[in-house]
Amino acid sequence: MTTRLFGTDCPRREDPRLLTGQALFVDDVHLEGMLHVAFLRSDYAHARLVNVDVSGALEVDGVVAAYTAADLGEYWQPGPLLVSPPPTIEKLTFRHATQVPLARDKVCHVGEPIAAVVAHSRYQAEDALARIRVDVEPLGAVVDIEAALQPDAPLIHEQFDSNQASHVIQEKGDYDAACARAALTVQRRFRFDRGASAPMENRGVVASWDAKCGELTVWDTTQAPIPIRNGLAHMLGIPESQVRVIAPFIGGGFGPKIMMFYPEEVLLPWISMQLGWPVKWIEDRHESFFATTQERLQIHDAELSLDAEGRILGVKDSFLYDAGAYNPYGLTLPINAQCTLLGPYDVPAYYSEFRAVFTTKPIVTPVRGAGRNPGVFVMERLLDLAARELGMDRTEIRRRNFLPPDAFPHDHEIIYQDFAPLVYDSGNYLPSLEKAAKMIGYDRFLAEDQPRLRAEGRHVGIGIVAYVEGTGIGPYEGARVSIEPSGRVNVATGVGTQGQGHFTSFAQIVAEQLGVELPDVEVITGDTGKFHWGTGTFASRGAVVAGNACHAAAVKVREKVIELAARSLDSSEQEIELAEGSARVKGSPDRALTLGDLATRANPLRGAVTPGTEPGLEATAYFGPERGSTANGVHAMILEVDPETAMVDVQRYVVVHDCGVVINPTIVRGQIVGGVAHGIGGCFYEQLVFDSGGQLLNASFMDYLLPTATDVPNVETDHVETPSPYNPLGIKGAGEAGAIPTGALFAQALEDALQIPGLEVLEMPLSPNRLFELMRDARSDE
Amino acid sequence: MPERLAISVSVNGERFERTVEPRLLLSDFLRHELELTGTHVGCEHGVCGACTVLLDGDPVRSCLVFAVQADGHQVTTVEGLAPTDAAALERVDGHDPPLHPLQEAFRDRHALQCGFCTPGILLTMIPFLEENPVPSEQEIREALSGNLCRCTGYQNIVEAVQLAAERRGQ
Repeated sequence: MTTRLFGTDCPRREDPRLLTGQALFVDDVHLEGMLHVAFLRSDYAHARLVNVDVSGALEVDGVVAAYTAADLGEYWQPGPLLVSPPPTIEKLTFRHATQVPLARDKVCHVGEPIAAVVAHSRYQAEDALARIRVDVEPLGAVVDIEAALQPDAPLIHEQFDSNQASHVIQEKGDYDAACARAALTVQRRFRFDRGASAPMENRGVVASWDAKCGELTVWDTTQAPIPIRNGLAHMLGIPESQVRVIAPFIGGGFGPKIMMFYPEEVLLPWISMQLGWPVKWIEDRHESFFATTQERLQIHDAELSLDAEGRILGVKDSFLYDAGAYNPYGLTLPINAQCTLLGPYDVPAYYSEFRAVFTTKPIVTPVRGAGRNPGVFVMERLLDLAARELGMDRTEIRRRNFLPPDAFPHDHEIIYQDFAPLVYDSGNYLPSLEKAAKMIGYDRFLAEDQPRLRAEGRHVGIGIVAYVEGTGIGPYEGARVSIEPSGRVNVATGVGTQGQGHFTSFAQIVAEQLGVELPDVEVITGDTGKFHWGTGTFASRGAVVAGNACHAAAVKVREKVIELAARSLDSSEQEIELAEGSARVKGSPDRALTLGDLATRANPLRGAVTPGTEPGLEATAYFGPERGSTANGVHAMILEVDPETAMVDVQRYVVVHDCGVVINPTIVRGQIVGGVAHGIGGCFYEQLVFDSGGQLLNASFMDYLLPTATDVPNVETDHVETPSPYNPLGIKGAGEAGAIPTGALFAQALEDALQIPGLEVLEMPLSPNRLFELMRDARSDE
Repeated sequence: MPERLAISVSVNGERFERTVEPRLLLSDFLRHELELTGTHVGCEHGVCGACTVLLDGDPVRSCLVFAVQADGHQVTTVEGLAPTDAAALERVDGHDPPLHPLQEAFRDRHALQCGFCTPGILLTMIPFLEENPVPSEQEIREALSGNLCRCTGYQNIVEAVQLAAERRGQ
């Protein structure tokens, strides 16, 4: 047998190109005659557009063209609703307003594009922006999501009667009855604010229209090249087969690059077709703070009812969700919050209601965690508060409420974001908790370390929280696997990749089936010219859905190889084994053919291919899970607070994670650790601060702080492996898990460290300033 | 039209003569004039460190340097790190290009995910290791703290720098 590759720590196939500066990112595309586009963006959060005059811009050196909404004619259309509300939820109202290519009648957030200038260099295009005259009539900004629903709030989308985009109720059991017999009900208000995804690479688009061939090629920093191709073809009125969208190496995504039909994405191809030249637009960091989507402002009024032993009887939650200026992503985020709140727990009664609210702030779409982070924050905080009231240990209250291993599949009787019932496929939660508690030394810390440290005057606390993450949802992905006469194996799949290591993990899956070494497998992702069926990389689904499609295609090719080898070697199929790049008869090493030889035989220049068969050693396969697979984990941390400066030092961080069967442990660990860093950013460093006029006050990396190497601790990880029964490889997604429970964990550990009566951390993110205020307020109440 | 200036810059050992606008950033000069696109631009205000290159051996943010300031100086970019001698080319397995020892350590420790920040981090850490060949973890973290990475959480980068230092000491 060839050495096993699946499940091992192979070095990444893509690294040498990335390490030597040879990897192609969108901004690296240089085409002959390429022109550069810059956008004039709104300075106002909410205003009526009276007039836009670009004539001055056209006089600037190097400027080729300038466009406003009026120039777009019938091409001016609001973007599509990307995710419709689940038809399976009964108590649901929903209305949508989507972004437009260039603002025409009004602007609804700062940074909304108003005009585009095309010039020979980006420098010249930006010079020209200063010469565009815009007359506006300012309207009131809508920033606060509670005020947004008041009758006197300025109306953002005038076709509606209020700023409410949606109202949804999901429930199971009878919460009121559960509450009536509860020994304890805890009720609080929680707030989880906005942050940026802030990938190191901003967005960008290069579009090149070839009029002679009638072909459009687009390089796009998208997480979903295939839907972009299909949508652009439709909008531009050209056949899908004549549009090729390439998502080359992408410098991080974390969600907002799955947002589709951004204004720039729609305009660049159109401009290239107008002018007959290739055009490029690369977002700068300042633009990205307004023009790229953001996530998370939710305000929850939630309550938890328990019996005297700390068993959950029911949860009631009512929350407001900030959709931003437009809501093309439908209800994915609030439904994720609503569903993920239930966590790994047995919750017999649940009443959950939310209202989605339009505001005059940048558009909200998923950012790593995608609504789950606030849900986990609410549930974990309620459990902490209940444990305190009951005088119960924090791990004990969780232990008592975990769904037991025999409870799966577990139906929560509400609907998930993929329209299917929220059913957990598998899980085994207690071992994760026990392992994490042991790794961080939970009992010893509370019994020995913390009392000793407190005696020394130090404020050191521990936290431990649990969460689940629905991953790997449908609808489907596909892959094509083929063997060349050189023996090289090609794999093509539709999902884009933004650093997740798909070039390696998909190669591992395929190499395992075909008995070849990793360097012999070439994986191509995110190029619709190579594979054009699929949806994209989001919702921690790449490995699960595309990984299983690669597996299915590799299995089909393996069958073809074995069939042909048996025929060629005059053997039976059962006797053939695939190893070291060859098919050989077991026990007779001299009776062997290389995969390359077989590929040549499968595609002869003379002689007939048997009717009814296909030439070559190639197969395409698809995988569509009936429903997602539910990953879970427990995070624990020890932190120290300086009570004078309110600075926090995270000293230890432990993650025990169960994402089913692991393809490459190093890659999964990398995803988890990176997610934790993102999560820590969202606890203490990163908050998008808007003033009452809708202006973002910290739109630079000088003011919006990402955690640095001195802020993020080493993360100790371990795994529990509960395979998913919903896919042949048994895998569950891992991309977002690291960031999901961090806020809940940080809050618990802070309270434990400070132990100031009345100090409750009910909001995220904090900052040293905000923590100082909470400490001061709690002390003054004492 | 701004006046254009003739400059002569040595990049990765090769001399380039160009006429440029005074306002042209060194990062744009490298990327767009010379098509050395391994230098990445992440923030254009000197915070993220992705565009770090060596100017006469010292790390600088190429988004905060004008191309005209590099006139007469030597620039090293990520494309210039890997050895190109025959012995190095012989060592590789035929699939992958030869790598600088720090690049090798990054691959061995999974110190990159999307890889966008990686060139700037390599060019920050190489002179750091020259100055401090046996750094502690804390020293590495401090030296790294001017470079942002959104994917890795830094841990594997720190380990890769440690590994490169260890291998160098052997």
